[in-house]
Amino acid sequence: MAEFTLPKNSKIQKGQSHKAPGAKKPKAFSIYRWNPDDGKNPQMDTYELDLDACGPMVLDALVKIKNEIDPSLTFRRSCREGICGSCAMNIDGTNTLACLKPIADVKGEVRINPLPHMPVIKDLVPDLSQAYAQYRSIEPWLQSDTPAPPDGERRQSKEERAKMDGMWECILCFCCTTSCPSYWWNGDRYLGPATLLAAYRWIADSRDERTGERLDALQDPFKLYRCHTIMNCTQTCPKGLNPAKAIAEIKTLMLERQA
Amino acid sequence: MKDVREALFVGTATDGRTVRRPLSPHLQIYKPQLTSALSIFHRITGVALSAGTVLLVWWLVAAATSDASFATVSAVLHTWVGHLVLFGWTAALWYHFCAGMRHLVWDAGFGFELPQVHASAAVVLGATGALTVLTWLVGAVIL
Repeated sequence: MAEFTLPKNSKIQKGQSHKAPGAKKPKAFSIYRWNPDDGKNPQMDTYELDLDACGPMVLDALVKIKNEIDPSLTFRRSCREGICGSCAMNIDGTNTLACLKPIADVKGEVRINPLPHMPVIKDLVPDLSQAYAQYRSIEPWLQSDTPAPPDGERRQSKEERAKMDGMWECILCFCCTTSCPSYWWNGDRYLGPATLLAAYRWIADSRDERTGERLDALQDPFKLYRCHTIMNCTQTCPKGLNPAKAIAEIKTLMLERQA
Repeated sequence: MKDVREALFVGTATDGRTVRRPLSPHLQIYKPQLTSALSIFHRITGVALSAGTVLLVWWLVAAATSDASFATVSAVLHTWVGHLVLFGWTAALWYHFCAGMRHLVWDAGFGFELPQVHASAAVVLGATGALTVLTWLVGAVIL
């Protein structure tokens, strides 16, 4: 249920400050820290960097801080070009990928938090088990009784293939899911935008023969219908995709098959 | 029903001790978005309208009861507090109406592209202001 305040152990305290004396272009980064070993509440540590000696993206700054100031800073990263989805976090109040977010886009101090309303494993690393389990629950793979042609692959027309554009590009970073207030309050049962976008990707696939079963599985007051078209998902998607629209398409199909 | 996410708050420290993980900040840090602001405002005005309906029923029951009780209700509503409440109620009504129409268009499957979302938000806010002022101007002329 909706709890608008943070639990006692999650309230954020003031942390340490690391200055950069002599920096020509100083920029402060205020970063959420929590360590399972020290028994303390989370805190915001501030690190000052010289932008003249740092790459342009927020991920560059995080890597620089970890390399040069504080090796205990913990975050996920891999491809550094917006295709792996590892470095999803809340930067300057909205969810995005640290590797795609220019430092220059943020005025003043750059505030960095983990993806919102998730259990924190350490620092900027949230536990995504629930989101992954929900993704698994929609059975995101091709299901068909008709065997594939023996001499090749399953064919689609250009129009059929085009229906999946804007969905196959999803990298499962869960920026959208964790930007959704409805998912914050009901994420135990509501599947959230990323998983529903994936569900529609398979519903819209002309080669898949489980459309009816897939819709049946979503016919539930929580799994699908906790979407109230808030639109934070589409607003925040770092890949420019539109989960809200995909969810609306599923709702339309639900109505159409009743008629 | 217990929240299944509860299990994910059990973590371990390096020495194997069980520790309780914190919940990452949400409302506290998420920058207010036009999208979510209009959404929560739709809900708030919905609740306000339900409460306001009690006022409407009070007014109707008084009208059906007697001249004296109707005069009492009128007197209360004609104080500046009464006017403020009524102005708020009409504004809430028009906002809820306009935002409701926007939801209807969405439910029909249109207007999901971000530029459209931002434009329809501006239309809803503008129309709410215009219709509220218009309602009071018409009221002032008639009464």
